[in-house]
Amino acid sequence: MSDDRTFVIIGASQAGGWVAQTLRNEGFEGNVILIGEEPYLPYERPPLSKAALLGEVTVDSTYFWQQEALDEANIEVRLNTRVTAIDRDAKEIEIEGGDRIAYDKLAITTGARVRKLPIEGADLPGVFYLRTMGDTLAIRNAVKDGATAMIVGGGWIGLECAATLTKLGCKSVVVEAADRLCGRAVTPEISDWMLKFHTGHGVDVRLSTGLEKFEGNGQLERAVLPGGDTIDCSIAVVGIGVIANVELAQDAGLKIDNGIVVDDRACTSDPDIVAAGDVTNHPNGLLERRIRLESYENAQNQGITAGKAMLDKAEPYSEIPWFWSDQFDANLQMIGLPQDWDETATRGDQDSNEFVTFYLKNGMIDGAISVNNPRDLRVGKRLMQGKKQVSAAELIDPETKLQALLKR
Amino acid sequence: MTDANIEFHAVATTAEVTEDEPKAVSIGRMDIGIYKLEGEFYAIDDICTHAYACMTDGYIDDGQIECPLHGACFDIKTGKALTAPATIDLRPYEVKIEGDQIMVGVTKAED
Repeated sequence: MSDDRTFVIIGASQAGGWVAQTLRNEGFEGNVILIGEEPYLPYERPPLSKAALLGEVTVDSTYFWQQEALDEANIEVRLNTRVTAIDRDAKEIEIEGGDRIAYDKLAITTGARVRKLPIEGADLPGVFYLRTMGDTLAIRNAVKDGATAMIVGGGWIGLECAATLTKLGCKSVVVEAADRLCGRAVTPEISDWMLKFHTGHGVDVRLSTGLEKFEGNGQLERAVLPGGDTIDCSIAVVGIGVIANVELAQDAGLKIDNGIVVDDRACTSDPDIVAAGDVTNHPNGLLERRIRLESYENAQNQGITAGKAMLDKAEPYSEIPWFWSDQFDANLQMIGLPQDWDETATRGDQDSNEFVTFYLKNGMIDGAISVNNPRDLRVGKRLMQGKKQVSAAELIDPETKLQALLKR
Repeated sequence: MTDANIEFHAVATTAEVTEDEPKAVSIGRMDIGIYKLEGEFYAIDDICTHAYACMTDGYIDDGQIECPLHGACFDIKTGKALTAPATIDLRPYEVKIEGDQIMVGVTKAED
């Protein structure tokens, strides 16, 4: 029996790639068309601010699947292709240039784009953002040993860039408007640890510091701070967050609310359209609220769920959010999205850069962040999933075997 | 097994590997993880097939080892890749116990 249906995926990154691969893994024999704006096959984004920026890996090695594997799976990949509209009545999409492609089922995995810095001089050559492989290659090309690199934004991307550019021989200066680093993601205690850690590695961190404008004659030469102080720099990387790419879905009349609204099977308000990855607002049963996540794990696993949903095989998707970051010799990992907590418990020694801090609420773990201790964090995730009752004292006690607490 | 091309190397003592705490060892340039499961010892490649990470830093649950970096799970007994993002299996090695020594078999000249 041949299947003449066509499933189209808009967005050829991690989520879209996993949708396509899942369709084949689940035995779908119809046409699969994966459409991407960028010139690259679906690739891993985590190395963009680390190994790829350092020049330690090739572009090919960041691909989730090489061209041969995609060919073998009979996945048609159209790169350098921008989708301009979704016509839900005709069940067609329109691509730049006017061509239309009919779909039986559609997946939207359009991700997010960087938020632009709205100041004078932000369009000067030498001012970069970091989201795509193209961005990384451009920064890498512009970096010169001994240059001063201005990092705008002390969040994950900013701090990873500061670390990598320092390794490349730059003097990294981080300006952060808030009074602490990664303020939206971690507790003040962890922000303090980050400040000490980065300062200790030679990064010049300036908190509660905005940026007035960039100046230069045809090329970035300096950053001007409010009050008039200037910092000479030849390169700047702006990392001040991303905006979900909801416009296609919005124009097509799908329900939008801080992302494309989907259910726990990645289905949108149109029964023939699913969505996955950074662009979705989805319910999380474990956290008991709706969230929009910018994470590797969500792009992968919600993508897999969306692929199954296109075949009416999806199970409800719900996971404790998990993130990681690598900065200098520290591997940071986080679970949960704790908003308020009763107390924190730190296991290990923050000064030795190897510890895990748990956030406790009602005697249960509501989140955690680890530095160079992924294993305890993983056990913490299981403890959180299992809603196990634990005390701060026993989590802190090095004699406590965390895995033993799981048996409660 | 009497494969003449397999050479056994003592890599650890049986006391050094517990059900909760695997051990990373190397034979030549090969990084290998030693695990204990239901009283038996197993050896599989220690570097995740997806991206560079030591599997023995990961988390063991239900006969699986979960990569500490991206969460891919592998079967400890066979090395089989069980979940995304890994699609390639970890290579398993033959193990035998001599006294309290854990011996791992690798193909000669490979190390």
